[in-house]
Formats: sequence, C-alpha cells, structure tokens
Amino acid sequence: MRQSLFPHPKSLLLVLAAALLPPLLGVIPGIPVGYVLYLVCLALIYAIVALGLNLLIGYAGQFSLGHAGFLAIGAYASAVLTQRFGWPFLLALPMAGLLTAAVGFLLGLPALRLSGPYLALVTLGFGLSIPQLVLWRGELTGGAGGLRDLPPASVLGLELRSESAYYYLVFLVIVALTLFARNVVQSHTGRAFIAIRDSEIAAQAMGVNLTRYKTTAFALSAFYAGVAGSLYAHLIRFISPESFTVILSVEFLTMIVVGGLGSVSGSIVGALFLTALPEVFARLPVLKDFKNLFIVVFGAVLILTILFFPRGLAGAWSTRTRPIPPPAEPAARPQEAV
Amino acid sequence: MPWGQLIINGIALGSLYALTAFGIVLIYKTTDVLTFGQGELAMFSAFIAFTLLDRLKLPFPVAFVLTLVFALGLGAVVERVLMRRAQQGSILNSIIVTIGLALVLVGMAGFIWGYEVRPFPDPVTGPPFLFRVSPTQNLVLTQLSAVILAVTLVLMLLLFAFFRFSLVGIAMRAVAQNRVAARLMGIPVDRINALGWGVGAALGAVTGMLIAPTNSLFPNMMGDVAIKAYAGAVLGGITSLPGAVVGGLLLGIIDSVAGFQAPELRTTIAFTLLVIVLVIRPAGLLGRREIKKV
Repeated sequence: MRQSLFPHPKSLLLVLAAALLPPLLGVIPGIPVGYVLYLVCLALIYAIVALGLNLLIGYAGQFSLGHAGFLAIGAYASAVLTQRFGWPFLLALPMAGLLTAAVGFLLGLPALRLSGPYLALVTLGFGLSIPQLVLWRGELTGGAGGLRDLPPASVLGLELRSESAYYYLVFLVIVALTLFARNVVQSHTGRAFIAIRDSEIAAQAMGVNLTRYKTTAFALSAFYAGVAGSLYAHLIRFISPESFTVILSVEFLTMIVVGGLGSVSGSIVGALFLTALPEVFARLPVLKDFKNLFIVVFGAVLILTILFFPRGLAGAWSTRTRPIPPPAEPAARPQEAV
Repeated sequence: MPWGQLIINGIALGSLYALTAFGIVLIYKTTDVLTFGQGELAMFSAFIAFTLLDRLKLPFPVAFVLTLVFALGLGAVVERVLMRRAQQGSILNSIIVTIGLALVLVGMAGFIWGYEVRPFPDPVTGPPFLFRVSPTQNLVLTQLSAVILAVTLVLMLLLFAFFRFSLVGIAMRAVAQNRVAARLMGIPVDRINALGWGVGAALGAVTGMLIAPTNSLFPNMMGDVAIKAYAGAVLGGITSLPGAVVGGLLLGIIDSVAGFQAPELRTTIAFTLLVIVLVIRPAGLLGRREIKKV
C-alpha cells in the first residue's frame, strides 16, 4: 500500500508551523530569539538521538545506556574531519553518521548473547569509556580542553552562522530522518525488530535472522546518534569529553520513555519536553530563588508523567500511536541462584 | 606501590561496591526492577544520620538504628506511592521512576543540607592493621575498611540465609518469579514488595553511613560508587548475593590496579574486562541463565 509522504493533514500543519518558527518568534516582543532558537536546535538534535534510540529500545527491544558515547563519536568525527582534514561539512555529516554506525554494529555483537541488565551494563561501559578514550588520544581530540572554534556548518558555500539558518538545517535533517524512521518501522526490517522485541525465540522460529537484525538495529540507532553528534558539534562549535556523560545517556532514555516507547513522534515530543522543562523551571520566579530546587520539581514531574501517562506523552494524546503491548509477566526464573 | 597493597586497596574499595550492590540486587530480586535510586537512597540516609549525630548529638549506635528505621519507612513509602503504580506499565517505566526518585533525593539533599562537602564522623577509630610481608614492607588496611569488609560479608551471609530459609525470603523470590502465581498461593504481593523496597533502602542506609566517612558527605557522593556497584552486581550475576560480593571485590581490585597502572584508562579497562567476562558467561560469574518459556 502506498502512503503519502504526510499521511495526516495534522502532521503537515505541524511541519509548516515549525518551518515558520523563526519569523514567528521574532514577532513576540521580549524573548531572546537567538537563545530560544539555539535551545530548539539542541532539543531537535537530541530528538534525532531519541529517534534512533527508540528504534533500538522501543522497536527492537534492545537496551542502551550508552548513546551519549555514540553522540560523542559523531561529534568528534565531524569536528576532526572538518577542522583537521578540511572536509566540507556536507560530507562530514553523513560520514560521522556512517562511522558511528560502524561502531554501533560492533557494539551490537555482544548484544547477541546478552539481554536485560547485562546488555545495559555493556552499553553503560561503552558510554563511560568513550570520554576516557577521547582524553587518552589527546593529540587528535584536544584532550580535556576539547576542540574549540570548529568551522561553522556550510552548505554549498553558504555559511550557516545565524541561529535561524542553523535551525532550518537541523529541521530539514530531522524531517528526513523522521520519515526514514517511519518507513523503516513499516518495512520488513521494522516488523523483524518488533518480532525480536516481543519474543526472540518466536522470531527466530519464524525465520528472523537475529544476528542480522540486532546488529542492524544497533547500527541504525548509532547512525542517528552520529548524525546528531555532527549537528551538535557545529551548533555549539566547541566539544569536550564533559559534554557526553552518562547522565546524558540516561536523559535520552528518559526522553523516549516520557515521549512514548515504540512511537516515532513520541521521541520528538519527549526530547522537546525534557529539554524545555529544566530551562523553564530554572527561570520560574519561585523555583529559581532556591538553589537547585528545580531539580526536585524536575524529578517530580518526571515521576508524575510516567505514573499518569504510562504509555508516554504521545500515547496520551494520540490514539493513532500503536499501543505498546501490556507488560509481560517477568520471565519465569525457575532455577534462580540465591 | 607493591601489588599486595594495590590488591588490599582494591578489596577495601570493592567492599564499598559490594555493599551498595546488595540493595540493587535485593530490589531486583524482589521486584524485578533495576533501580537507579539506590546510591541516592544511601546518600539521603547518610545525611539523616549526620543530622542525628551532629545536630542532636546522639551516640553513634542510636543514630544508626534510628536511620535504619527511617530508611525502612522511606523505602516502603517509595514502593507504596511510586513503584506500585509504575509497575503497571512497562519495566522501563519503573526504571525511569527510580531515576526521577534519584533526582528528587539529590535535589532535596542539596536544598536542605547544601552542596558543600562535609566530613562524616568515623564510626571506628584506631590504628590501621599492619601486615608484615617483608622486613621493610608493611601492608596497610585501615580499621574502617576492615569493618566495611566484615559488615559486607556478614550481611551477605544473613541475606543469603534469609532468601534461602525464611518464609518471607522465599515469598520474595516467588513474587519476583511470577507475580500472579505468587498471589494465587496466598502471598500478599504488595506487602512483600513494600518490604523489599524497605529492606533495600535500609541496606542503602548502612551503605551510606559506612561510605560517608571515606568519601565525605555531599549530595553526589554516590555517583561513581553506584555505577561501579551496579557493574559489580551484574558481573557477579544480578540475582546472586555472593555474586555481588565477588563481582564488587573483583571490580574494586581491577579499579585499584588499573588506576595505578593506567589511570587515564581505568574505567575503560574495567569495562573491557567486564564485556569479555559477560560474552563468555552471559549471566554473570555466579548467575544462572534464565530459562525462558515461550
């Protein structure tokens, strides 16, 4: 069945509204347009990571606590390629994605044997190791001082120096990657992912090649994070190992759960929500007066969102979102070690 | 530094990991939830103990017991108010709720007690133990480290016996295995879960009070320890208590040796070894492979 590019008028409207965001922001008096657009760019970059992570966790059922590591690889690849080797940004962007995808493929190999907390630990270790490796190879990566003054992104000779120009770049990338994710999910690859998530053994019995699809899921997810990393590097134009901590990986996980597991739109909603929330809380008149009280409120909102919207924000307002299956009883552990 | 000393330091460090891992393992065993809040529960309890000791000038044993009671209650409240509802969704929902809990606890500790690093009173004072290995060399183990190691081993034995022999312990394992079947057998599943969280938080309180003298007291004091504890628990096999001790101690030793030989790659080396172990033994060193029904 052929589907139109935008199957619902609502989503077309949303895309149009997003395209008009920079001029619309300019109309409202009193807000720092540059800063707001910078934040929106950051949120959309995180949304790209969340999209990839949701393909991995929400669809293929594989866990990752190391996506900040993938983001770092993409960011450093793009930064080194453009700054040290003089590559044009338009070439470095896909290259960062592909390099990261290759690393993702490798990380997918141990996943063939591991699941649950064991897989989570391996990915966590990956996420912790990348910043250390960056520090270790200081002559290439700038070490603890990071890489400064990265060349601005340029498209066909046009330098994107302003926030609104960069916004359109990020916007185009995320629209393309969203459509791609939606197509992957509806293809045989997506169906294989879902089959693996719901029951590995059943999927295998139906002829789904676990090796192929698990590594594909990791590579695909890493590709998204790598592209996001490249966009991140050229947005901030300064990267250091401290930008890619485990906390960030945990934030990505939070984004997709709050937004909605197994939902393409949920990934974007979750990323926007979680990037905006602390910014807003840190500025609210009462909260900002007490130092760091907003962390408490942020944690509380997180908890309440999960408790009251167990299927995520996307699941709460859209009935179209495919429901995630009810939680299975924990797998029987007849021979549990004490 | 001699190898012997590096290994002793590693064991001292590893017993902190093992102690923290107990709470994680206990909560995982009873409720099937991998908690990210254990370190923060420990930190918060340590602050409570600090207040009792420093402001109210209570003697250490009294403060210790009061803190345990507080933690037991806190854990039960967390289960009743948050986890019971969260567990109706996917397992990831529960994990995110524990992350939210960690944020709330860190923020509250920072709000109430501030972010400065404070010394925590040493529960044991005295000269360190010296082991003479050669005429010129002594290996040093502080009394606090010895106490932590002893507490870790005693707790492991107690918990092991609790899960193996006591009715409540067996009920906890039954609930983790199959909630519905456990309920049908007449086990009060909700109360067992609340107890699991309560005991988990109380273990966290013991951890916090023993780690705070070494690491000092501040809201983020458990960050690195909690990650390593989790790694140790998984290395040993996430459902196994002796596994948590073996995994924790092993990780401590790797940490200590790698930290001396190649400090810049300490975590990378530890985790690379971990991945190798896990690829060979996917359920950890002492864990047993889950048998899945289709």
